[in-house]
Amino acid sequence: MNVKLNGEWHEIPDHLDDVRTLLSHFQLDSRVVMVELNDTILEKSEHGNSQLHEGDQIELVQFVGGG
Amino acid sequence: MLKIGNFTFNSRLLLGTGKYPDFETQKKAVDVSETDILTFTVRRMNIFEPQQPDLLQQLDVGRYTLLPNTAGAENAEEAVRHAKLAKASGLCDMIKVEVIGCKKTLLPDPVETLKATEMLLEEGFTVLPYTSDDVVLAKRLEEMGAHAIMPGASPIGSGQGILNPHQLDLIIEQAEVPVIVDAGIGSPADAAAAMELGADGVLLNTAVSAADDPVKMAEAMKLAIQAGRLGFEAGRIPKKRYAAASSPMEGMSRT
Repeated sequence: MNVKLNGEWHEIPDHLDDVRTLLSHFQLDSRVVMVELNDTILEKSEHGNSQLHEGDQIELVQFVGGG
Repeated sequence: MLKIGNFTFNSRLLLGTGKYPDFETQKKAVDVSETDILTFTVRRMNIFEPQQPDLLQQLDVGRYTLLPNTAGAENAEEAVRHAKLAKASGLCDMIKVEVIGCKKTLLPDPVETLKATEMLLEEGFTVLPYTSDDVVLAKRLEEMGAHAIMPGASPIGSGQGILNPHQLDLIIEQAEVPVIVDAGIGSPADAAAAMELGADGVLLNTAVSAADDPVKMAEAMKLAIQAGRLGFEAGRIPKKRYAAASSPMEGMSRT
């Protein structure tokens, strides 16, 4: 399915049908990742039951250095 | 002890995590600073590079309270979004409001800062707004319920030190919540001066991370903040126009 990941469209395998599976596919499951799905910011506990669909807009952000 | 909202800290140094030459130096600098609070910002991940080093793991952040900022936000709504993204990590509920109103000076936008502070307080965050050294604005932020006020000493990263100690003095005098001098600190003398004015803490980043020896500077800042605080608590002598001898005039032996 085609989804927008951090501002760019990507074709991802259809079995990546929820946020947790997506993070695990990109080997990000051990990192602190904050997720926004179609303008809704998800709690970590919601990653497993947040279904992905064609055309979804997904933002994956992290903490970086700053003052 | 520094109390901000429901949090208590031993250290009065809040340390930024940006612009260090490398992770190893940063880790050592953070260690010797003995800070309790580290600031971060929120940015997109590079999802195609899962092996990229993770700052949080490098710094063993479990030992610290995380203070994410909303840097990059150009208005209150963006600041609130950044704050909510940070909170979704499950690692923090303090937020440094940073809404920049001018790209050249990086001075804060007072109107949007006020608005963002109000919105974030309603959402239940512990809110620390980075603000200009405007005395009335500081009062308004405090009346709104901000948990600390963070006036700048001078523009971010400029290292110019405290440009207007009188304004800071007035802000500190009127405040009933902690005042953290944030931005523009260049040297240990600047940090000590802020503390001697009666600031409750100092937030700095570039002064340490861009120093020739960041680890040594981190220690210098720690000591300067401690010295400044002790000096404030001890109460300095008033300045006099003329000299006052410290040795007795009586009993002088003369031939």
